[in-house]
Amino acid sequence: MTEPLLDVRGLTKHFPVTSGVFGRVVGQVRAVDDVSFELSPGETLGLVGESGSGKTTAGRAILRLIEPTAGQVTFDGTDVTRADANTLRHLRRSMQIVFQDPYSSLNPRLRVLDIVGEALEVHGLTSGAETERRVAALLARVGLSPSALNRYPHEFSGGQRQRIGVARAIALEPKLVVLDEPVSALDVSIQAQVVNLLLELRREMGLAYLFIAHDLSVVRHLSHRIAVMYLGELVEVAPRDRLFSAPAHPYTRALLSAIPVPDPKRRRQRIVLTGDVPSPLNPPSGCRFHTRCPAVMDRCRVESPPAEEVEQGHAVRCFHAEGERGDDWYRRVSERIERQVAENAAESPAPKPLALPDDVGAPAEHHVAATPRRPLPKPVRWLLARPRRRRLALAAALLASFIAGGAFGRASREREALAEIKLLRAEIQEYERVTGSLPATLSDLGWRLPPIFGGLEATDPWGRPIVYRVRASRKVDPAILEPDRFLVLSLGRDGVPSRDDLGWGGR
Amino acid sequence: MTDAPLLTIEDLSVTFRTGAGLVRAVDGVTYDLRHGETLAVVGESGCGKSVTALAVLGLLPPHSADIPRGSIRFDGEELVGAAPERLRRLRGNAISMIFQEPMTSLNPVFTIGDQIAEGITLHRGLDAEEARERARELLELVRIPAPEQRLDEYPHQLSGGMRQRVMIAMALACRPQVLIADEPTTALDVTVQAQILELLLELQRELGMAILLITHDLGVVAETAERVVVMYAGAVVERANTLPLFERPRHPYTAGLFLSLPRLDREGRDLKPIEGTVPDPLHQPSGCRFHPRCPFAMPVCRESVPELRERQAPGSPPHLSACFYVDEHPDADLVAESLSRETPEPPTAAEGFA
Repeated sequence: MTEPLLDVRGLTKHFPVTSGVFGRVVGQVRAVDDVSFELSPGETLGLVGESGSGKTTAGRAILRLIEPTAGQVTFDGTDVTRADANTLRHLRRSMQIVFQDPYSSLNPRLRVLDIVGEALEVHGLTSGAETERRVAALLARVGLSPSALNRYPHEFSGGQRQRIGVARAIALEPKLVVLDEPVSALDVSIQAQVVNLLLELRREMGLAYLFIAHDLSVVRHLSHRIAVMYLGELVEVAPRDRLFSAPAHPYTRALLSAIPVPDPKRRRQRIVLTGDVPSPLNPPSGCRFHTRCPAVMDRCRVESPPAEEVEQGHAVRCFHAEGERGDDWYRRVSERIERQVAENAAESPAPKPLALPDDVGAPAEHHVAATPRRPLPKPVRWLLARPRRRRLALAAALLASFIAGGAFGRASREREALAEIKLLRAEIQEYERVTGSLPATLSDLGWRLPPIFGGLEATDPWGRPIVYRVRASRKVDPAILEPDRFLVLSLGRDGVPSRDDLGWGGR
Repeated sequence: MTDAPLLTIEDLSVTFRTGAGLVRAVDGVTYDLRHGETLAVVGESGCGKSVTALAVLGLLPPHSADIPRGSIRFDGEELVGAAPERLRRLRGNAISMIFQEPMTSLNPVFTIGDQIAEGITLHRGLDAEEARERARELLELVRIPAPEQRLDEYPHQLSGGMRQRVMIAMALACRPQVLIADEPTTALDVTVQAQILELLLELQRELGMAILLITHDLGVVAETAERVVVMYAGAVVERANTLPLFERPRHPYTAGLFLSLPRLDREGRDLKPIEGTVPDPLHQPSGCRFHPRCPFAMPVCRESVPELRERQAPGSPPHLSACFYVDEHPDADLVAESLSRETPEPPTAAEGFA
């Protein structure tokens, strides 16, 4: 093999979990753990995994959009992990990214010309009319007409926005583009348009892609090699066709069999995994897949399996593949797994047959209880127990105190929230002033008070200039913000926080 | 399985009054659902598949949505214009629904047990203790481990797959005859999606309910449904049994969907996308709504709206589609021909927005 374009060695990213006012670290979310792979020029590696597997974090840590905790990333002979700001800026000309959500990854206040042309001007490649010519050419390249230049992102459909995202990524003629779920937010017929565009660009520009996705059929269509991640670890890496013809890890096998195939004649036996992906905070001991693995052995619960290279370019992290290589390795590994699955199945009791409870099992009659047996609210019951003559006066007093209490409570909640928002707004503006871009998450701001807000993302639900939706984490005082609701804060141009800037939304 | 349909939707239209004008979300949709079958309604976002389902349940927003014409009959009873009280008695009882986002469809401030018990108390008149016992049995039915303990937990304490199981338990609480599943697995991971689909089918075999499965995933359709309705821009464009639809689609849109799909089971084929974008519901194209994106478009497609016509010889299961090209060329192989055709006037992406 030629010199790899990208060489990732032992990449690790742990997020500290903090608690309390002083941000005491109480645990680590092990999002990416000891991930290694290589990528040759012009090659596409598909990185596949379910939500929480760490595939997106890995992609961002490679570009150093987030700082990796450990490990080394070498791009084109340069060490990315130790590069200073200057080198990094230079490197980023050759390493670009396309994000998943075409709605939040384009700045709604900028015209397409500025979105795509920004990088050209920042790197001093073009300016003025020359930029406009280059951007128009780029737009034509991704299938948009030049009339798009002076439009804003909200005027485009999802597929068109993703084309703009692609145009931005290829503007600097990079060697590597990280594609983070570029088509999963799009409709089927539009997905195919974007996939075809990505294939054309790869052919013409010799791009290398790191294609991050959860949809194996799209990944297969684009990739030369595929890496499967589970809970932060790579469990199997193989050339594309080998992964599909000889999947050796029990997780890969289950993943392949779980994908519905659009062919009604093929009703296959599915391997249905039990349970959900465990939390990456305190992942299972030993092999991380052992809690759901149908072929689990006793040692899997204690020891972590090493990566075993079963054939050229095909590595598996599973004890069933240990020591297996050479001719016929796949038949032997499959037999080992199937034997173990049968053994485990014999030991565990068969699932109870499904049956509805008797009464509910009766044929449905469309009947309704005459009165739903819900107790009346406490104040009403109390009121009803009073003498009839005094009821009216008491009811009025009760109502008045209820309204007053509600209004004052709400006012004080708003005051507190407004204070938080002022602080947050100042932080965001400071961040923007220093870095020239908006923060993507609260941790970018270096906030040490994570219990107040859980996350921050740029969206624009009402077409206002720019709006942050701040989701309350569960720990926030419900007096300030109820769980699972948003604080909606808009950064209006006036810069003065007002009641209009604050709204409440549920989700 | 009897042949008399359980749920019949006939020539249904739904319009929404919006600030920008009147949106025809559903326009003359007709299909029926039979006892114990799984019918899939397929289409891309905005094609009206979910709005049709909401109309069945009487859950359209009352102040902006109208049903100017059409009828929905459940077991012979007309539901369009039925009294709200009557619909309330059917909902969650004889007809129930599970939604795409299990997190937003569960109330975060009530325990799982309370939420399941609510429907049982309301429709069956059981007291709190009996309802709780019933809720525990339902959680067991949908294979939730440690059901007793889960009853007292809140939705945020459960994973996505578990929440969807709770939704299914709630939907099954009163043993519905019809279960409407609106993208039940879209928000879930593949391995969890497999669990939920398996569970739904198993429950259907066991309980004999009919499932109306709304989805955009043709893979899910192939593996679960007996019949398929394909919708585009508010109208049904094709309706057939699953196998013939997949083997020989009789509408260019359906054929286009198959060609846009990367397939695990077929290699090395280039994707042939449907050019252009789904039309803006405020500015629907004239004639056949698919004509601006259709590789088979003819002048007539621009002017008149094609009708759903039978494409099968009498005697075989019905296979209907609405297309002038197929009217003229009944034996055309749309999939093969699409590959060699270009869209007549490919709408450049810039024309897609107004």
